[in-house]
Amino acid sequence: MTVRRFVATLLLVASAASAQPATDLAFDQRIRKLEEQLRCLVCQNQTLADSGAGLADDLRREVRTLAMSGKSDDEIRAFLVARYGDFILYDPPVKPRTWLLWFGPFALLVAGGVIWMVIVRRRRDGGGDDSPSGLLGSDAKARARAWLDEEPPGV
Amino acid sequence: MRAIKAWKWTLPLAIFAVVVAFLYVGLSRDPREVPSPLIGKPAPQFSLAQLHEPAKTLGSADMKGRVWLLNVWASWCVSCRVEHPLLLELGKAKIVPIVGLNYKDKTPEGKAWLAEHGDPYTVSIVDADGRVGIDWGVYGVPETFVVDKQGVIRYKQIGPVTAEALERKILPLIRELERS
Amino acid sequence: MIPELGHFALILALAVALAQGIVPLVGAARRDANLMAFARPAAVLQFALVATAFGCLAWSFVTSDFSVLNVAEHSYSTLPTAYKFAATWGSHEGSLLLWLLMLAGWSLAVALRSRNLPAPLLARVLAVMGVVSVGFLLFLLFTSNPFERLVPAAPEGRDLNPLLQDPGMVIHPPMLYMGYVGFSVAFAFAIAALLGGRLDATWARWSRPWTTVAWCFLTIGIALGSAWAYYELGWGGWWFWDAVENASFMPWLVGTALIHSLAVTEKRGTFKSWTVLLAIVAFSLSLLGTFLVRSGVLTSVHAFATDPARGVFILLFLALVVGGSLALFAWRAGAVGGGGGFAPISRESFLLANNILLIVAMAAVLLGTLYPLFLDALNLPKASVGPPYFNFVFPILMAPLVFLMGVGPLAAWKQAALPPLVTRLRWALAVAVVTALLLPLAMGRWSPLVACGLFLALWVVAATVTIVVHRLRSAPQPTLIAKLRANSAAWYGMLIAHLGIAVFIVGVTLVSSYEVERDVRLDVGESIELGGYTFTFRGVEPKPGPNYRALAGTVDVLRDGKVVNTLKPEKRIYAASGQGMTEAAIATGLFGDLYVALGEPVSETGVAGAWGVRVYSKPFIDWIWFGAFLMAVGGFVAIADRRYRIAVTRKAAALAGARPA
Repeated sequence: MTVRRFVATLLLVASAASAQPATDLAFDQRIRKLEEQLRCLVCQNQTLADSGAGLADDLRREVRTLAMSGKSDDEIRAFLVARYGDFILYDPPVKPRTWLLWFGPFALLVAGGVIWMVIVRRRRDGGGDDSPSGLLGSDAKARARAWLDEEPPGV
Repeated sequence: MRAIKAWKWTLPLAIFAVVVAFLYVGLSRDPREVPSPLIGKPAPQFSLAQLHEPAKTLGSADMKGRVWLLNVWASWCVSCRVEHPLLLELGKAKIVPIVGLNYKDKTPEGKAWLAEHGDPYTVSIVDADGRVGIDWGVYGVPETFVVDKQGVIRYKQIGPVTAEALERKILPLIRELERS
Repeated sequence: MIPELGHFALILALAVALAQGIVPLVGAARRDANLMAFARPAAVLQFALVATAFGCLAWSFVTSDFSVLNVAEHSYSTLPTAYKFAATWGSHEGSLLLWLLMLAGWSLAVALRSRNLPAPLLARVLAVMGVVSVGFLLFLLFTSNPFERLVPAAPEGRDLNPLLQDPGMVIHPPMLYMGYVGFSVAFAFAIAALLGGRLDATWARWSRPWTTVAWCFLTIGIALGSAWAYYELGWGGWWFWDAVENASFMPWLVGTALIHSLAVTEKRGTFKSWTVLLAIVAFSLSLLGTFLVRSGVLTSVHAFATDPARGVFILLFLALVVGGSLALFAWRAGAVGGGGGFAPISRESFLLANNILLIVAMAAVLLGTLYPLFLDALNLPKASVGPPYFNFVFPILMAPLVFLMGVGPLAAWKQAALPPLVTRLRWALAVAVVTALLLPLAMGRWSPLVACGLFLALWVVAATVTIVVHRLRSAPQPTLIAKLRANSAAWYGMLIAHLGIAVFIVGVTLVSSYEVERDVRLDVGESIELGGYTFTFRGVEPKPGPNYRALAGTVDVLRDGKVVNTLKPEKRIYAASGQGMTEAAIATGLFGDLYVALGEPVSETGVAGAWGVRVYSKPFIDWIWFGAFLMAVGGFVAIADRRYRIAVTRKAAALAGARPA
């Protein structure tokens, strides 16, 4: 056997061995989780994991190849973003232009808390026109007022 | 304090007005369009077999020093036929070399398509599995890229090249790039 | 002939709606009883006309009249009759007609069920609904006419989208629209109150049942949409935070805030201007949703074929109706506002927190939905906002609210003391914490997220039990039955709805953390293990359908060696469109679903050989929709409360006595 054929056989065996991870469950699940956070650019309302589009097949193959060559999730994402932009990520990266998106809700939550305190403080100090409930509760008083205000029909 | 109290009633209206303004602008945008992050970046390296002469290859290095167009096409692509007359004209005018990237196609069918519809390309290269397309951020067919003399991508046309796009954007850009 | 009749009916309906919108308003302003009395018959007539138009379109579909463009584009001669009927609303034009039918239906209901409303209020409410109808009728007649003819008639239709050929299609849109459009009633009541310059607790009592019913239908509509996506789309998901899903969810969030706010306004005469604002916002979000689906501004799986001209029209309509309402609010809210005081710890303060949290949640969903548009409009690089964002932000915002659900119902109105509340609830808290920490172990893997979710759900259950026990203990009646009867339907409705939320949270928490999926190649006879079951692929055989060809797979499900189920997923090709579809096969269970879908044939022997098969285990997934169903049941129970019915008879009797004989 020539040296060349020997090396070729070795490579063949080695590649067969490195094909093992393809059937590894944990690896598959990691890939799937990653693909579920990527957007299909053709069927734009599906994740890369679920889409049946041709480009989705190609990109899934690409993701798998990159993962098998040892790239981390972040590196795979960076690879795709370099080619397709942030659009391909369903998880928008935290950048100045997405600060409003990521911090807005929590800022609103804090603001809501402040508003709650302000309103509660104001109402505690007796704000409003509610008289202490005597014989007539405010409900019945309002109804009485409504009946009195009503004109008889026909006028 | 009185001012804030009175002002608060108009806050919902003010917020709504802002939202409507954005929605109005949104009506003239296409949410499906994926702008390319490669504008202003060096074109991805490639080296692919030529369509008509499979033994020869064309690489990105071969195009350095010239302004050129990369047009992504396929025989199965319907919209490509829409832009093809414009490309033929452009090719005849010999303004810039046009490289055709035969994307995810079968070579016999690609050749037959060019024979039937005309061949505007200086060279056509074969990207059978779409790998080079991925590097260029191709997500649909047709797409066209304008690359300058230093090999930097300067413009991407998503979808068929229109007469308007040629006149307003592509040709002026090519002229500007040729001068530099 | 029939389509022209329908078209003509719509034109007449427009005339009636215009009158309905203007005359009673003038009458209310002038206190002219005759003009005001115009409202009710106008609403009845409008419903008759719109129903006629809808009937004509439905007739065209059911008889496969392919000379009508809409029918030719969305139907097929061998389509099963139920789907032919459902195809009536399977297009942009048809669904708008459904919208209109629902609006006319709600107007009719208000017109017929409001004998006790003061004339000016009823006149204004029906007038506002008339104005909204005018907008939709104009939109339909000028840009989206469903009765447009196709000349010459097509020999065959282009078929209803296969995804829509499903029982879910028959029921999901009507339910959803009943809810969506139902908020127009609360909206009309709010506008009427602003116009009249008066808003009191009785106003809240009148508008509350209408709002709650609309909320119930919206709850059912959203839940059905989610369940439908789950079993129809073939990928096992049940919520994607898609733009249109969000468009229906935002009114739901505000609607929930509204029914709670109405409770405060009814009981205590406070939160008045806030309640009015919520009613306006809820319906505005319904209209915004209509805009988003039909304008092409956002990508969505639900989007109808878009047309910029239509988008401009709806945006204009939106700007006028919502802008006008908010302008009216800015001008008049001060006049109707005011209200009583309450202590920092009281039912009111908890409900205020409820409202604030729900509004913040709605704002977050709105922000996420519109953000891609926001970036694009500012010429910034585009981004996508999807499930990773919403699934992170939303639960965080909702957690405090769910926690408060356990405390609020125990607090007294106006003033409650914190120490007794804490004492009463400490048992519930302890039970919830301990069980939440232990249960994940029973599922096989402990996770802090699961523990948090389960804690919230169990807290609600335990606190609800505490509330019931406390109420029964402090009740003066001698027997248990008497004690139970002493409580109002509204109270029971609240308990059921809150329990529904707990059940929902259990479902979401467990399925999100413990669902498993395998996507494998299986030869005929080959098996795969998942979730304690063995799935054996038995091959695929052809199966004809009414308007499709299918390949039906057989998968045996075994547990401990015995076949417990046989699932038959299908791959269909529809005759008219050539479109393919995956029909998943689901084994539904109380503690989880098993879900199987076919991928593609992957061997050289083609369909007779090995296939790609997707197998899922979805623990507790049906608790999601069961929880939503409970919420709706709770709402319906609450409306059955005697006080909404007694108020009618008492007032009618009083008026009859007061009127000169």
